Amino acid sequence: MSVWRGVAIAVLLLVVGVSVAAPWLAPAGYARQYREAASASPSRQHWLGTDEIGRDRFARVLYGTRISLLLAPAAALLSTLLAALVGGLAGYLGGAWARAAMAVTDLFLALPWLFLLITVRAMMPLNVSPMISVVVTFLLLGLLGWTSAARVLCAAAESLRNSDYVRQARASGIPGARLFWVHVLPNLKPVLYAQFWISIPAFILSEANLGILGLGVAEPMPSWGSLLKELEGLVSVGAEPWKFVPLVLLVVVVTSFQLVLSRQEDEVAA
Amino acid sequence: MLARRIVRHGLTLVATVLLGGFLAATLVRLAPGFAVDEQQLDPRLNSESIRALRETRLEQRNIFRFYFHFFERAARGDLGTSISLGQPVSRLLRQRVPLTVRLVGIGLLLSWMVAMALALSAAWLRVSAYDALTTILTGTFLCLPAAVLALLSVLWNVPGSLAIGLIVFPRVYRYARNLLAKAYGLPHIITARAKGLSELRILFWHVIPVAGPQLLAVAGVSVSIAVGAAIPVEALCGLAGVGQLAWQAALARDLPLLVNITILVTMVTLLANSGADVIGHMLRGQPA
Repeated sequence: MSVWRGVAIAVLLLVVGVSVAAPWLAPAGYARQYREAASASPSRQHWLGTDEIGRDRFARVLYGTRISLLLAPAAALLSTLLAALVGGLAGYLGGAWARAAMAVTDLFLALPWLFLLITVRAMMPLNVSPMISVVVTFLLLGLLGWTSAARVLCAAAESLRNSDYVRQARASGIPGARLFWVHVLPNLKPVLYAQFWISIPAFILSEANLGILGLGVAEPMPSWGSLLKELEGLVSVGAEPWKFVPLVLLVVVVTSFQLVLSRQEDEVAA
Repeated sequence: MLARRIVRHGLTLVATVLLGGFLAATLVRLAPGFAVDEQQLDPRLNSESIRALRETRLEQRNIFRFYFHFFERAARGDLGTSISLGQPVSRLLRQRVPLTVRLVGIGLLLSWMVAMALALSAAWLRVSAYDALTTILTGTFLCLPAAVLALLSVLWNVPGSLAIGLIVFPRVYRYARNLLAKAYGLPHIITARAKGLSELRILFWHVIPVAGPQLLAVAGVSVSIAVGAAIPVEALCGLAGVGQLAWQAALARDLPLLVNITILVTMVTLLANSGADVIGHMLRGQPA
């Protein structure tokens, strides 16, 4: 399995490297229109052809990959921090705090993730600049995606609260806040790391779902979600197979994340 | 003990549903552009009709008042009128619920059949190549966004229920496989195998009683996954169910519709989870 994990890490590094190099690999940018070559098939000028308004698909895939791969970790970081704060504190404080925090968590978890996401996303302004739409989309993922991680962290913090060294520290008169920041939170690090990495592919897939449903990143900014929306107009799979490149890339990246994360998931399960 | 458990689940359900509906209403109320109604621009409406529209909106401005009136009317069977579709919400739900129930029901049935067949065969055979093959197969489906599967189902003219099944089955398989593998690894089951008991007897007498309650919990969760999957499938396949209605309500910021759908979805998922928990408790015959 470690060989596969190595391959997955190499693939992820390659994809991240290529997407970071987007300005050099596709200097014309993702929004430039080649009106004389709209809906063109792959050629030497446009490796993946152009979309229906003549934008180079290869450039859009590169820039879209960059957006999805840079912002999904940012959203994962936000959700992990929120989960640490809510779940960690609830587990550490216990009693009514834990019950109240877990009741809120249960409320969020009672709703299917995609339903919750489209409902809240639709409440946000839809007619905004592309950059703001990117921020809103990924901010939303981070703000709503903390609940399941909070449950795991609550359980982990609860077990730490009852551990011998925390009892000893409490008996020594260490204030509660210091106890949490210095002794409990650092020991939650493995769970936090695991939750952070697990959230990334989940958020990539969620952004793709939102994009296809028309609630993701606004045009002309590309993301995997908005690029996959092109599949809606397909007549058959064989007719324009190059339109599946963003999907193949997404599957490869998410699969690579799953392979890398198999160890992290085991840690959370443990 | 069981009655107490059922009462506790009932109270949790009521509290969560009330809170969920209230949060949905608050979100819509706080959303930008809430007070703007394009119906007011309709040149066919006279000043009285426009005033009536404004008064309706005014009532909805106070979220507590809206919510109180909402439940008052709901108790009489009136769920309000959809702003975007101009039809009573109860009629819309009556029209669309059967399709969604059928899609989700068939989808769940398909997903459980495939997931259990794969999980059981993997647990029985214990051949690493087969295990790897099923893991790769389910892993591939897990890596596909639900909306892409919905789009592909349109492209290949596949029924929506099959698309829901394909979205749900890898998630069910993952849990089922782990639970069954764990059960088959228990010392008394290894002993039963060594003594030459038939596989069917081991499955029904020893494995199912161990893994059954946890599989029931997965069944509860799978309902929530299937309901969530119904949104992209119905929205992209043009199926007029509750999932499509939820999508339309969200896009149109249709407050009465959105609150009702949120309450309905919360109720369904909580009922499924509570039902699974209570049945699991009954099967175990002990407090969990």
